[in-house]
Amino acid sequence: MDIFIQQIINGLTTGSVYALVALGYTMVYGIIQLINFAHGEVVMIGAMVAFSVITALAGTASPLPPAVILLAGVAAAIPACMAIGYLLERIAYRPLRHAPRLAPLITAIGMSIILQHLALLVWSRNPLAFPQIIDNPVFSIGGAAITGVQIAIILLSVALMAMLTWFVYRTRFGIAIRATAENVHVASLMGVDANRVIAATFIIAAALAAVAGVMVGTYYGITHYTMGFMLGLKAFSAAVLGGIGNLAGAMLGGILLGLVEALGAGYIGELTDMCKWPLMNQVFAERCAADGHLVLMGSNYQDVFAFLVLIAVLVFRPSGLLGERVAERA
Amino acid sequence: MSEVLLEAQDISKHFGGVQALNKVSLSIQRGEIYGLIGPNGAGKTTFFNVLTGLYTADEGRFVFDGVPLKISAPHEVAAAGIARTFQNIRLFSNMTALENVMVGRHLRTGAGIFGAILRNRATREEEDAIAQRAQELLRYVGIQRHSNILARNLAYGDQRRLEIARALATEPKLLALDEPAAGMNATETASLKRLIEALRADGNTILLIEHDVKLVMGLCDRVAVLDYGEKIAEGPPTEVQRDAKVIEAYLGGAVA
Repeated sequence: MDIFIQQIINGLTTGSVYALVALGYTMVYGIIQLINFAHGEVVMIGAMVAFSVITALAGTASPLPPAVILLAGVAAAIPACMAIGYLLERIAYRPLRHAPRLAPLITAIGMSIILQHLALLVWSRNPLAFPQIIDNPVFSIGGAAITGVQIAIILLSVALMAMLTWFVYRTRFGIAIRATAENVHVASLMGVDANRVIAATFIIAAALAAVAGVMVGTYYGITHYTMGFMLGLKAFSAAVLGGIGNLAGAMLGGILLGLVEALGAGYIGELTDMCKWPLMNQVFAERCAADGHLVLMGSNYQDVFAFLVLIAVLVFRPSGLLGERVAERA
Repeated sequence: MSEVLLEAQDISKHFGGVQALNKVSLSIQRGEIYGLIGPNGAGKTTFFNVLTGLYTADEGRFVFDGVPLKISAPHEVAAAGIARTFQNIRLFSNMTALENVMVGRHLRTGAGIFGAILRNRATREEEDAIAQRAQELLRYVGIQRHSNILARNLAYGDQRRLEIARALATEPKLLALDEPAAGMNATETASLKRLIEALRADGNTILLIEHDVKLVMGLCDRVAVLDYGEKIAEGPPTEVQRDAKVIEAYLGGAVA
């Protein structure tokens, strides 16, 4: 039971991060039907920029309190990522707005590679230890541990998701975004500057990605120039799971994916322990007698779960859990 | 004579070998309802699409409100002061009636994305004003009781009214209605006619494309008739109705 609660906590934490990144995929898809495969790299850049700022400020005799340093990292990462999000749209996608859909998709992959290698040039090929400057108290719930960082990640994600929902559904600009997502042409004829709205969507998505990047860096304590790739793929899977184009879907998909992954990683060892299966423990009797366990797959297989979920969704419910009605898009 | 709001000068447009519009010139006076009629395929909708920037004219130009109309991005049509409705209704179907109208207000309000995030007082006041104005427009077209219903769940006639409210929200100098009575029954058409009359009474200038000849003749101050992309007649409805070329276009050559 302890492990169950523990994995729920871990899953909620990573799930919150997935949700923030998935929102970026889904918003961009919703408005221009583009899968922005460079979005994971925006998360990475966010983590990298925060890494640099925090490392610089947290020098030996730093007079600043740790929380201020961390906030400074976030405050630097957000505008940096916003600028990259804007540039991506302006340089790589806008010129291809009316091109066949495959063209911007390939450009997106190209931008992803470019951003990765820019990061490689700036921040080197080594994994970078994210400075652990803030105290990370551990609390215990029902026999499981939850850290201060985990609590902060979950609460901040929920707050950001609430803000985004409110922004999209309640403000003038949000209404323009939804109108553009439904029909660019008609929204334009009603006086909405579609280019501005689309650029703004990229910028908002990038801001969320920046926060997610800092969260990942702080949580795992490490950043690397390729970290955006897997994270991006998983968040994309989360967006597809929830129904790409749907905001609530991205949030739900992110959380669910985080939970599936954490529970999968938590239990896969036990489930593939041959000594626990009636028939198998006789087949491997010798090994089981020796050390009691014969685990086929360990928690390092956790990445598999995200993609099993992706495959299952694409096979059984391609429009996702809360999917947009595809017919209306056509 | 009131002054001219829109002047189309020798507008031509062809698609491949088809001459959809051939040197069409017309002028719309401020405050009038100007009807554009003609048989199917006569070029009415093409004219509309050229005017609203969806197509570019091969030749000719529009002078709108005293200045040549230059459209380089679609949203500039609305900014210039032309708003339209669509023959096949194109509402934002997953948004409420009120939100649909609020989209139209977007243009006439200024606070940008940062204002929306930072929530300064000016932004809040502006957003209240947008919602309030949108409610007024819904009341004006007679569907305020449906303001929180999703556009796709509205009755057909109400969807038409909502399109008009949304167009009005952009504060157009010229309101272009593309077959507003299409698909309506007699009762709905009659109440639409009252709405359009009210619009004129409140000083709006309206360009009306319509198949329903009775509606056009009853409403319009002046009418132009298009046939095979050419303007074959223009004038008050009573005169145009008696024009030999018009009768021929509608009834075929056999009459002549």
